[in-house]
Amino acid sequence: MTGSRAFQSPAGVRQAGWLLAPALVWMGLFFVLPLLIVLLISFASRGAYGGVEWTFTLANYRDLADPLYLWIYLRSCAFALATTGLCLCLGFPLAYYIARAPARWQGLWLMLVLVPFWTNFLVRTYAWMNVLRADGLLNRLLAATGVISEPVEILYTDLAVLIGLVYGYLPFMVLPLYAALERIDRSLIEAARDLYASGWTVFTRVIVPLAKPGIIAGCLLVFIPSLGAYITPDLLGGARSMMIGNFIQHEYLVVRDWPLGSAASFVLMAMVLAGLWGYQRAGGERPL
Amino acid sequence: MNQPGIELREVVKRHGSTVAVDHLSFSVRRGEFFSILGPSGSGKTTTLRLIAGFEHPDQGDILIDGRSVRDVPPNLRPVNMVFQHYALFPHLTVSGNVAFGLEMRGIARAEILSRVSAALDMVRLAGKDDRLPAQLSGGEQQRVALARALVNRPAVLLLDEPLGALDQQLRQEMQVELKTIQEQVGLTFICVTHHQEEALTMSDRVAVMDHGRVLQVGAPQDIYTAPASLFVAEFIGLSNRLDGRIAAVEGTRCRIEVPGLPIVQADVPAGAGPGRAVSVVLRPERLHVSKQAAPNGFDNVVPARVAKAVYNGHEMQYQLRIDERLLWTVRVPNADGGQKRFLPGDTVSVRWNADESVVLAQ
Repeated sequence: MTGSRAFQSPAGVRQAGWLLAPALVWMGLFFVLPLLIVLLISFASRGAYGGVEWTFTLANYRDLADPLYLWIYLRSCAFALATTGLCLCLGFPLAYYIARAPARWQGLWLMLVLVPFWTNFLVRTYAWMNVLRADGLLNRLLAATGVISEPVEILYTDLAVLIGLVYGYLPFMVLPLYAALERIDRSLIEAARDLYASGWTVFTRVIVPLAKPGIIAGCLLVFIPSLGAYITPDLLGGARSMMIGNFIQHEYLVVRDWPLGSAASFVLMAMVLAGLWGYQRAGGERPL
Repeated sequence: MNQPGIELREVVKRHGSTVAVDHLSFSVRRGEFFSILGPSGSGKTTTLRLIAGFEHPDQGDILIDGRSVRDVPPNLRPVNMVFQHYALFPHLTVSGNVAFGLEMRGIARAEILSRVSAALDMVRLAGKDDRLPAQLSGGEQQRVALARALVNRPAVLLLDEPLGALDQQLRQEMQVELKTIQEQVGLTFICVTHHQEEALTMSDRVAVMDHGRVLQVGAPQDIYTAPASLFVAEFIGLSNRLDGRIAAVEGTRCRIEVPGLPIVQADVPAGAGPGRAVSVVLRPERLHVSKQAAPNGFDNVVPARVAKAVYNGHEMQYQLRIDERLLWTVRVPNADGGQKRFLPGDTVSVRWNADESVVLAQ
C-alpha cells in the first residue's frame, strides 16, 4: 500500500495521466469511432442493392417494433434470464465449495473452472454439437442405460441453446462469486450459528447478504453477454432459435440491411444500459 | 448455587495426530467467572469451541445445567460466545447485530427492542445503534460483541481472548468493566486468555492449561501464591528460581542445598523428604534488598550484584546477578518517590523468610 503512495496523491495522479494515453487512443480509434459510425448508419436507409443511403430516417427503429422482431428480443431476454438463473444455481454451490476448501486445493479448483478457456469457444461449441446430436454421446448414454428407447432431439432446440449458454458463461458466474465468498470470515458463520441460526438462516441472513456484490457482478457478467450471444444459438439452436445476435448478423450479412442491423445493435445496447441504470437506481450499490 | 453450570468429563479432542484436549475434566459453578489460562497451543481455545459446539468431542461428555450437549448443534445450545475478533456482522448495524440472536429465536418485536436497548445501555453504547461495525472503534466493537451475546441471557457466556485486540489502557479498563457486568447480570462466564494479569484480575477461579490438560484450578490468589507445579509458577507472574536438593527436614522447615549458595531455609513441601530435588520459587515482590549483609531476622540471605535498575513509575525493578547462571528480578515499590537506592555495580544482599518461597518438586 505504502509503495504506491505516489499514485495516490492528486499530483501523482496528474503526473501519471500519460499512462492512460495508449489505451485512450486505441479505444478511441477502434471502439468509439466505429460505434459512432454504426450509430450514424442506424439512422440511414438501405439502398436498393444493399448499400447505405445517407438520408436521415427513424424508419429502422420503427421497423423494429414489428411483433416478429419484438418476439426475438423477448426470446433473447428470456434466454439470458434463464442462463443467468441457472448459472447462479449451479455456480453458487460450486463457488462456495471452492471458497471453503483448504487453501492448497482452491487454486486447483479455480484452474479447473478456467480450463475450458484454454480451447477456442467455437471448437467447444462444435464439441457440444457432437454430444447433443441424435446419435451423439448423450443420446447413446441415455439409450444404453435404458432411459430412452428412441433418440431424443436435443440439438437444434432451445434446450441445446440453454445448455450451451450455461456451459459457456458459468465461469463468469463462479469467479466473482468465489471472490466474494472467499472473503467471508468463517467466524461470522460460526457467530450466526452461535446466535441460534439454522444452516438455512445462516445462508439467507449472512452468506447471501455478504456475497451480494459477487452475486450482482456474476449475474451482470452472465446476463449481458448471453443477451447478445451469437455463436451458441447459431450452432446449437439452428434456424428456429434466433436470438438478437443472430438477427443482427442476419441483417448485416444475409439481408444486407446494414441500417436495420445497426438499429438492432443499438436497441440491444440501450437495453443493457437501461438494465445497469435501473440496477444502480434500485440497489444504490457501487457502479460496476 | 453450587450445582455446576457446566461440566466437562474426560473430554478428548484430536486434530489429526495431535491431541488438542486430553482427558479434560473440570466444572464451573453457576454465576462464576471462570478463566482458562494457558500458552498458545495449550488447547484452551479448542476447549471453548467444544463447549460452544463448533467442535465435537472424540471422547467424553459436556454437560450444561446437568444436561448432556454432546450431540446438540451450536444453534440449539444455551451458550453464546464473544469471538476473539468479535465476528460482528458487517452488513448489520449495531442494533441489528445485537438483535440477531433474539430474532432467530422468534422473540416478539417489542421485547427485542427493549432488550437490545437495555443491552446497549449496559455496555455504554446507547445512541450508537445505527452505526455499522466498521464505523466503530476497536473498544466499541468489543462492547457490541459483548452485548450481542449477553442480550440472549445464555446459561454460559464464552469469551475467547476478549481483550486481546485492545491496547493496554483499554484492556485494563475493560477488565474491570467485564467483571462488573458479569456480577450485574449474574451469568456464568468462561473466559479463555493467555494473559495472566487478565485472568487474575477478573476471575473467581482460574484453570491453568497446558498440552490439553488442566494443571491447576483455583482462586487467583491460590494459583499465584501456591502454584502446584513449576509450570504454573513460571507461567503466572514473574518468578525467580533456585534448583537444589533437600538436605534435612526439621518439623515444618527444611534446609535446601543449592550449589554455590548458602543453605536455603524453606517450608517443607507436602510429602518431600531429604534427598529430593526441588526448585525454590521466589516472587520478585517478596524479596528484600539491602546493602547490609547481616540477616537482620530474615531466614535467608544471598549476596548479589546489581546488574540493572529500571524505573517503572510505581516501582523500581532491579536485575540482580546472583552468580553466572542466576539473574533475579526484584521489585521494590516506590513508596518514597522513587530514588534509585541501588545502582548497577553495587553489592547488595537479597533476603527473604522461609514462608515467602514456594518449594516445588522438579
